[in-house]
Amino acid sequence: MSDDKTKDAVHKTPQTTPRYSATFDEYTNSEIRRAAATGIYDIRGAGSKRKLPHFDDLLFLGASVSRYPLEGYREKCGTDVILGTRFAKKPIHLKTPVTIAGMSFGSLSGPAKEALGRGATAAGTSTTTGDGGMTQEERGHSTTLVYQYLPSRYGMNPDDLRKADAIELVIGQGAKPGGGGMLLGQKITARVAKMRCLPEGIDQRSSCRHPDWTGPDDLEIKIAELREITDWEKPIYVKIGATRPYFDVALAVKAGADVVVLDGMQGGTAATQEVFIEHVGLPILAAIRPAVKALQDLGVYRNGKNSVQLIVSGGIRNGADVAKAIALGADAVAIGTAALIALGDNDPHLEAEYQKLGTTAGAYDDWHEGKDPAGITTQDPELMKRLDPIKAGHRLANYIAVMTMEAQVVARACGKSHLHNLEPEDLVALTIEASAMAQVPLAGTSWIPGVTKF
Amino acid sequence: METLKYDPAIFDLDVTPLREINQFLHSDASTLNGKSVVIENPNGAHNIAVGLKAELDITIKGHAGYYAAGMNQIAKVTIEGSAGSGVAENMMSGVVHVKGFASNAAAATANGGLLIIDGDAGLRTAIALKGADVVVGGSVGSFSAFMAQAGNFVILGDAGEGLGDSIYEAKIFVRGKVKSLGADCEKKTTSAEDRKILADLLIKSGHADVNPDSFQQYGSARTLYHFHVDNAGAY
Repeated sequence: MSDDKTKDAVHKTPQTTPRYSATFDEYTNSEIRRAAATGIYDIRGAGSKRKLPHFDDLLFLGASVSRYPLEGYREKCGTDVILGTRFAKKPIHLKTPVTIAGMSFGSLSGPAKEALGRGATAAGTSTTTGDGGMTQEERGHSTTLVYQYLPSRYGMNPDDLRKADAIELVIGQGAKPGGGGMLLGQKITARVAKMRCLPEGIDQRSSCRHPDWTGPDDLEIKIAELREITDWEKPIYVKIGATRPYFDVALAVKAGADVVVLDGMQGGTAATQEVFIEHVGLPILAAIRPAVKALQDLGVYRNGKNSVQLIVSGGIRNGADVAKAIALGADAVAIGTAALIALGDNDPHLEAEYQKLGTTAGAYDDWHEGKDPAGITTQDPELMKRLDPIKAGHRLANYIAVMTMEAQVVARACGKSHLHNLEPEDLVALTIEASAMAQVPLAGTSWIPGVTKF
Repeated sequence: METLKYDPAIFDLDVTPLREINQFLHSDASTLNGKSVVIENPNGAHNIAVGLKAELDITIKGHAGYYAAGMNQIAKVTIEGSAGSGVAENMMSGVVHVKGFASNAAAATANGGLLIIDGDAGLRTAIALKGADVVVGGSVGSFSAFMAQAGNFVILGDAGEGLGDSIYEAKIFVRGKVKSLGADCEKKTTSAEDRKILADLLIKSGHADVNPDSFQQYGSARTLYHFHVDNAGAY
């Protein structure tokens, strides 16, 4: 065929539009190219980014003829929460059920930790240390500080243990249940290295298992040791990543936990393998009811002093999420990623700088590289100056206040005089998946897959 | 000064609950400093003498369970028997002396002070060591000094499998045989400075008769300090 004929044929034969594969989508292909070029897995921060069944798939029914609502602005709707009633001499009293999740100094800058402490304190809630120990910034600015006791024991010392208001024994986290922490060399500055007793600039691999106990029987002795050391004053939380929540919660309770912290796969991390974040663990929606069932079966669910409280985390963003988590049975929630956004993480005003890092505001997750233009997930002394801990703390306090008020709006609409009076019967699900996971009926039906017949 | 409730401080664990003894041992340091305390009938109880922070000299008359002298600061604790898992775990300072053998994870994550074990020690001895000194008169089990970050670990007998796996800057001295080394752990030549550390520890731990030159030193090859594709097989 001559050139002219070819052109004619092309012109005349209808062409299909270019078609991307749903399996080999743009992101997948870019990851294959990245892996082929580097020979090492992708490491990033944050939690699962895939679309998951979540609190958005639930709705509150509200009051009507059969239920009686409360006046939105006048009638009381309590939000306080007491944690650690079972064994501790000094339980934790919070004004709001929204707490700040554990995030390390090292993964976060000093000003970011200070801002979290200031914001939490202004909001009447607690903040939590992380891998790497307690800093003065944090202890000094936090009225209620939970001290994490982690497998790595980086920076762990008994003086700080005694300074804490509660101790959180970390077994796992939602982003990487079964995995240890990771902090890459860029962030192991002299101060971070000294606190963790590591050589400066190395790629730190935290252990995934505690060094001195294995299994639930040992855990019971370990919890007893922490109680003995702190003279039975402080509540002891046990934090687990959501995997087998019924059994893990039951074992934590049996081992003597005062509070169980349950973290879903949407919960963030400072750094771990992408494959870990996206493919290991459960979304929080699927984990709450089995956890509550374990507490009920052991007789420690909302049972006066002999209660074990449940804190849930992983993708909590607003007052509706708070209310839904509580309605499903949680006593409180924890926020990490959302708190960082309130401080100023991934803010659009830094778009030009995110572009320079090959990303865009809202998608920046290379927290391990320590180049955060917002000065939050960095140890760079110049970058961290950009975060004003007082202003950022105010933003966080505002945000927590809004979440708390939003939860109250929903609770009053359901006729509840305390957030803790919300119950699964106040909820329906929009999807079959969410209905099955949250064990509330599909909207407009009485069907709960796996519980009732359609 | 407040008068001690227990004087002389001899406790019988068959009579006094552990919680009461530990709380007494946590009294204001000014009332405890220089005091000797004896704990009788330990019978393998867990968490004896944990969280000490005063100049106490404690003798446990028998076998201790898990975490004996855990997180010790300043105090001297002698166990006149054997110790369960995690003896002197996360010790910050002071001296803990086990006259019998020790179970797993002795001196786990210990930051400072000296742990002396006269007999053998179990698996994962000195795991994640963070600066303390550990001297074992006998042999140690497998995976000892796993991820050990800092401190000195002296073994007069043999070591099991995977010694010093993923070790950071801790120093290991072994007089006997090593069944196998863990990833990134290698033989080191002992410098004059390290020889002095070893000789001092032998004297402090009652082994002044042992020749420091009869030990082989081990430490980190530092090849796993940074993630690199060439190390993929080692992770």
